[in-house]
This record gives sequence, structure tokens and C-alpha cells, in this order.
Amino acid sequence: MAEQLFQRDVYGQTLVELGRDNKDIVVLDADLSSSTRTNLFAKEFPGRFFNFGVAEQNMMATAAGLASCGKTVFLSTFAIFASGRAWDQVRNSICYNNFNVKIVATHAGISVGPDGASHQALEDLALMRVIPNMNIIVPCDGPQTANAIRVAANTKGPFYIRLGRPKVPTLTSKNVFEFGKAQVLTEGNDLTIIACGIMVNQAMLAVENLAKKGIKVRLINLHTLRPIDAETIINAASQTRGIIVCEEHTIIGGLASSIDEVVSENHPTKVIRMGIKNRFGQSGDPSELLKEYNLTSLDIENSAQELLR
Amino acid sequence: MKYTKDNLRDLEAKAKNIRRLIIRMIAKAGSGHPGGSLSSTDLITALFFSVLRHDPKNPKWPERDRFHMSKGHCCPLWYALLSATGYFPEDKLFTLRQLGSLLQGHPDRRTPGIESASGSLGQGLSVALGISLAARIDKKGYRVYVLMGDGEIQEGNIWEAAMAGAHYKCDNLCAILDYNGFQIDGKTCNVMSLEPIVDKWRSFGWHTIEINGHNMEEILSAYEEAGSVKGKPSIIIAHTIKGKGVSFMENVCDFHGRAPTQEESQQALKELA
Repeated sequence: MAEQLFQRDVYGQTLVELGRDNKDIVVLDADLSSSTRTNLFAKEFPGRFFNFGVAEQNMMATAAGLASCGKTVFLSTFAIFASGRAWDQVRNSICYNNFNVKIVATHAGISVGPDGASHQALEDLALMRVIPNMNIIVPCDGPQTANAIRVAANTKGPFYIRLGRPKVPTLTSKNVFEFGKAQVLTEGNDLTIIACGIMVNQAMLAVENLAKKGIKVRLINLHTLRPIDAETIINAASQTRGIIVCEEHTIIGGLASSIDEVVSENHPTKVIRMGIKNRFGQSGDPSELLKEYNLTSLDIENSAQELLR
Repeated sequence: MKYTKDNLRDLEAKAKNIRRLIIRMIAKAGSGHPGGSLSSTDLITALFFSVLRHDPKNPKWPERDRFHMSKGHCCPLWYALLSATGYFPEDKLFTLRQLGSLLQGHPDRRTPGIESASGSLGQGLSVALGISLAARIDKKGYRVYVLMGDGEIQEGNIWEAAMAGAHYKCDNLCAILDYNGFQIDGKTCNVMSLEPIVDKWRSFGWHTIEINGHNMEEILSAYEEAGSVKGKPSIIIAHTIKGKGVSFMENVCDFHGRAPTQEESQQALKELA
């Protein structure tokens, strides 16, 4: 069985490593540092960590002020608050200024589980994707999280990095990550599956089962939503019989919409969007919720067979 | 008297000139916000000419004091002062709000001397707080000043920042409240009362200084007092008159966000001669 890691543990550890070399890194949190794991940085570099309490708007705009003085600011809270609660601050104080503020949002998606709908950010990618200057990465596992954090630290401008709550199996190796370049995990020309975050694992399981039935799937881990790798998507649209998109996010405005936009402008093809369909979330175990919202590997297999029918 | 009469007269003359520029810019642009620009003119003119340590020829001087205008709609005042202190030539002022201008309708980083945008109210105190914390991390001695409107402090973000500024004992942070008593929909006391305003800030842990925001001597004393306070941020609560200096604009809500006509502009400039 593959190694299982919490993305936020990897995030916290990576921040500490980065903080040792780069004295301009400052970290902020809003009363969730033990959950987001920014507390690791706080312990090591107390002079460069600030907790703002339950006040996300202030945290975002304060990050802008720090960045205006040359700091590279990483800040964290749950995705629901990072994207929705302080959207105007993210737009006007961070992105409009094109400041070096890296929003690392944890506990995203339906897989938050028992906390239920109020805490399940299913719209965050849509909210962040519409703001000019924003870069967006949705890592699928531990090593990719470390890579994403390092890229954000070394790339100018604002970032939104989306992490989940549960442990995820390691699918990628440490050295294979290129910002803005989608990762083709399996080659195939029958159909394409494009996924991000925890859905990459579900898609991988589906691809293995489909292979046993003789269906060769091109599986793409589209970890960078902005800037988007249009070339890889257009190739998939032109070389395979259709695309299935999997995300634990509303099918409006996130990964699926990103694919639709590229495909419809460049090479129209059939796209099946697998995500949350105009519903709020609810309490349950992550695995139960994936089943309830038709996001399991079995659901993906069924969609694949429907697409090829 | 700590400041000579000449100092004070000189600042008053400078403020009058800034008011003239504000009227001319907004009249030329055909839109903008004269009321709050004029009410805070004395406060910020004194800051730029007598308090702020900055070098317009070297805008990135690391030791510079920072100023941020949280109530971004009053940027004609900011632009006039940046120009008057040498950040860019005066003729640029008359491109305000035009397509491609350095001078946007609300503050933008493309303007020389402006380091952070504003316009969406309530965020600037947090921006200033971030600058204050950066100075702490870098062990720099610079100070940060931020201008807020009275209507603006109805935003919840202001009070989040107020809490944090006191929590982190940001004594290099000085907020300036332009308490002119008006907002777009009318008197602040009728739209959403701010009182007891001094008690509110004091209870949040701030050092409060209440002044007449059109008296240069009180203004300079307030900045000096704020600079001497240790262990907490300061706020200068300045009682001002919206539209100050132009008789027909004073305390007239309509001039919050309306440009003077050519005729009104001529009249205003006559009064400011």
C-alpha cells in the first residue's frame, strides 16, 4: 500500500525548511494554526509568525501590507474562509496589487467530512479563478504539496493553493512537478480523464480497472489551474474520444469549467463533468460522501463506459 | 508655542494651494470626491510637509515613513500632495480619471509614491498594520500613517485591524480619522452612528488624540504626541468640516462625490485665492 500523508503536514514542514533560508518569509494564520500546521513555522520562527484570531479579512489585508514591504507572505485558514469570507480583500488588497501573498487553504472540498456543509468549500476554485493575477495549484498528494509550496515561494505574485483535510496516498514522486504543466500519469487514446486534488487517486483506481477491460485511458493530473496548460488539454481533446473531468468542487467555475473553456474554443469534444452538482455538502465520512456525490472510482468507470458507448 | 507662526502660516498656505489643485483636478475630470478630500487636506498636508520622512527623489528609500490612504476616494488630495512634494510633475494631475492615466479614480500602484491600492473601504488599516509588522521584523525605525474616513470605520475589517494593532502593540502605527460627520447617504449620526467614538478606540487599546483637524498647531502636536507613545498604536480623531475651504461645499453632502461645474469651480478658486 502506498504511503499516506496529510498534505498540511507536508505544508507545515516545507514552510519551516523554506523559512530557514529565506528570511523574508512571514506566515499568518487565523486561529487554525494547529489544523493548517502553520504552527510548525510559528514554533521555529516566532518573530515571523502572526496569529490574527478569527478575523480573516484583517489577515488578508495585513498580508498585503507586509508584502508591500518586500515580504513573501504565506497565510492559511480553511478554504471556506480563505476564499469566501475575505474575497474582497483577496481581490483588492492582494491580487490588484499583484503582491507576493500565498494563500494556502486547507480543509477544502467535500472530503472535510463530518463538519458538514458550512465547512465544505465547494466553490473556492471558482471564486479564486476569476481574479486577475491569481495563480492556482491543487496538489494531489504529499510530494506535490511540497513542490507547490516551493514554487509559490519562488514565483512572483499571488497564489491560491488548495489542500484537503484527510490523508492522501502518495502518487507522484518528489522531483516530477512543473508549475503550469499538466502531468500525464497514464498514456492512452481511448478517452481522457482530467482530475485534481484527491480525485486524482479515485481516477487512478478507475484507470487501473478500465485497463483490465481493455480501455486505455489518458489520465491527466491538472494540478495547476492557473496558468492553465491548454496544450495538453487540446491534445487530449483531439487525440482521444472525450474527456471526463473529476473534482471535489462544484462543476461550475472550477476545473471542469477550465477544461470546457479551453476545449470549446480550440477543439470541441464531449466533456463529462464529475463534481458537486448544484448542491451543498453534508456530514459524513469522506468515503461515504464521495459515494453520495457520485465521485468514487466506480462512478468514474461508469462515466467512462457511458462516454465510449 | 512649539511651532513658529511662520511654520504654521507656511503650512496653511500650502494647504490652500493643495485645495486649489483638488478643485481644479476634479473639475477637469468631471467626477470625483471633493468633500472628503478637502476635509482631510490640512491633516495630510501637515503630514507630508512636516512629519513624514520621505524622499520623493528616492521613493524606495528603505527607511522612509509610509503613508496609506485607506479612504481611497479622496485620492485627489494624495495626488496633489505627491505632485507638490516632487513625485511627479503637476501637469499629470489634470489627467485624473482619464483612460491610461497614472492617476486612477481610486489609488493604484501605477502612481509614483503609491505603494498599495485602495478604494474598497475598510482594508487600509490592515495594510498599515502589515507595514508596521514588517518594520518590526526588519528592525526598522520607520513609522506608518493611515488616513481613514468616518463612514469607512463602519466596516467590520477596521475593527478586526483595531484589535490586532493593539494586540501587537504597534506603536509605530498612527491612524488619522477624518471625522467630518458625513457619508454618502447623509450625516453619520443618522446613517450609522459612530459615537462614542473616542471611547470605542480607547477600549480597543489605542492611544487617542482628539483635535480640530483644521488647526495646524493642533495637528502638528498630535503627530508629535503619537510619535512618543510606547506600546500601543495611536489614532488622531480629527474633527473636520466636509468640503472645508469652499463655502458652498461645506457640510453639503452632495459634494461627497460630485465634481463642481465650471462655474462652481471658478467660485471655489476665488474663495481659495
